[in-house]
Amino acid sequence: MTLAKRIIPCLDVDAGRVVKGVNFVGIRDAGDPVEIAKRYNQQGADEITFLDITASHEDRGTTVEMVERIAGEVFIPLTVGGGIRRCEDIRTMLNAGADKISINTAAVTHPDFVREAAERFGSQCIVVAIDAKRVSAEGEPPRWEIFTHGGRRPTGLDAVEWARKMVDYGAGELLLTSMDRDGTKVGFDLGVTRAISDAVEVPVIASGGVGNLDHLVAGVKEGGADAVLAASIFHFGEYTIPDAKRYMAEHGIEMRL
Amino acid sequence: MTIAVIDYGMGNLHSVAKALEHVTHENVVVTSDPRAIRGASRLVLPGQGAIRDCMGELERSELRGLVSELLDAQQKPLLGICVGQQMLFEHSDENGGIDCLGFLPGRVRHFGQQLVGPDGERLKVPHMGWNRVAQHHAHPLWQGIDDGARFYFVHSYYVDAASPDDVFGSTHYAGVEAHVATGRGCVFAVQFHPEKSARDGLQLLENFVNWAP
Repeated sequence: MTLAKRIIPCLDVDAGRVVKGVNFVGIRDAGDPVEIAKRYNQQGADEITFLDITASHEDRGTTVEMVERIAGEVFIPLTVGGGIRRCEDIRTMLNAGADKISINTAAVTHPDFVREAAERFGSQCIVVAIDAKRVSAEGEPPRWEIFTHGGRRPTGLDAVEWARKMVDYGAGELLLTSMDRDGTKVGFDLGVTRAISDAVEVPVIASGGVGNLDHLVAGVKEGGADAVLAASIFHFGEYTIPDAKRYMAEHGIEMRL
Repeated sequence: MTIAVIDYGMGNLHSVAKALEHVTHENVVVTSDPRAIRGASRLVLPGQGAIRDCMGELERSELRGLVSELLDAQQKPLLGICVGQQMLFEHSDENGGIDCLGFLPGRVRHFGQQLVGPDGERLKVPHMGWNRVAQHHAHPLWQGIDDGARFYFVHSYYVDAASPDDVFGSTHYAGVEAHVATGRGCVFAVQFHPEKSARDGLQLLENFVNWAP
């Protein structure tokens, strides 16, 4: 097996700036997404994910411009997500230079949008982002549900069934974020990662909760993830991409070094 | 000197054009205009999505005949990418069976379903990510690229070329040897995405731009 597992640094971008404390002081501002994307590319990142968390609609134009600039300089796959609701949004981002588009809330509110997008643009560029939270109590058989609005709003949808449905609808890849773990640095929710990875044919990206390199190893070995996504461990400079790749390779995981 | 990326309505051609612009000062155009395509010094045939749609759109845009003619004429270098590689062969098993351009002998097959690797892990389809490419023969497009270098792939179907002479590179996945770099004469075609394969991908594109078959 020579296909490498992937490391994907994630840029959460608000009004043209990377947020989530890139600075050591932990203040929200950050840095220029283009410079940060270039740095990760030079370090050997396997892909880059750009999540637009811009609140105001007026600033959306900045995002398109950022994506264009990154795509003009970084020649690895670029996934763009955040606020994608219509085929027109997908077209705009692909034209700007994105390779894959991540659909989140719109997949929950209008599942047929995923089907339409996959038919129109091909499954290879449609990623469905799944935000899951564990809803079973300790001691009960584990069960996870889909949440929207940053993990605040339950939908009642079973996460594993939802993952299968999204793949049936044409998702070419799933970006699975554990909402319980996001920002906690205690590691991925390996249970839901394993359950979904075993349930679907398409690759699964594990996200949410990475605090150290052992978490990345566990995501692949125990969770069965095909790729691991992290933001703060790389932004803060705690670890570089080569540190992470070497560590994973030392633990027997096939990596692109 | 103009490099024409043939736009027959399928997929995202911006990445290819941007990567070419990064490695050359020559003019790069994304075009469906037969005159521009005829006038170009080099051609790129991309392709994304299902092969039925790619072949259908090539037909509908009235470029199928022109592409076949230019392949047969062997006068200018052509680089096929992804489904643009698959279309060069005789037949694809995708979409219930689709006849393709038939420039090279061989067919396009599916990796299969419910695949399990030697370690018991489920093998995902599409084959997505960075995999090694073993170089079978020397070729000007491999210049400066190590044997076994990794390139970025996204595909569920792969080329099974009939003639070993046409195979310049292969990748092992799911128990099969996928012929991921193929060619003949002034045609070279790859399953992976050089425009998304970092340094080695850009090197391959630069080699294509400098190639004088």
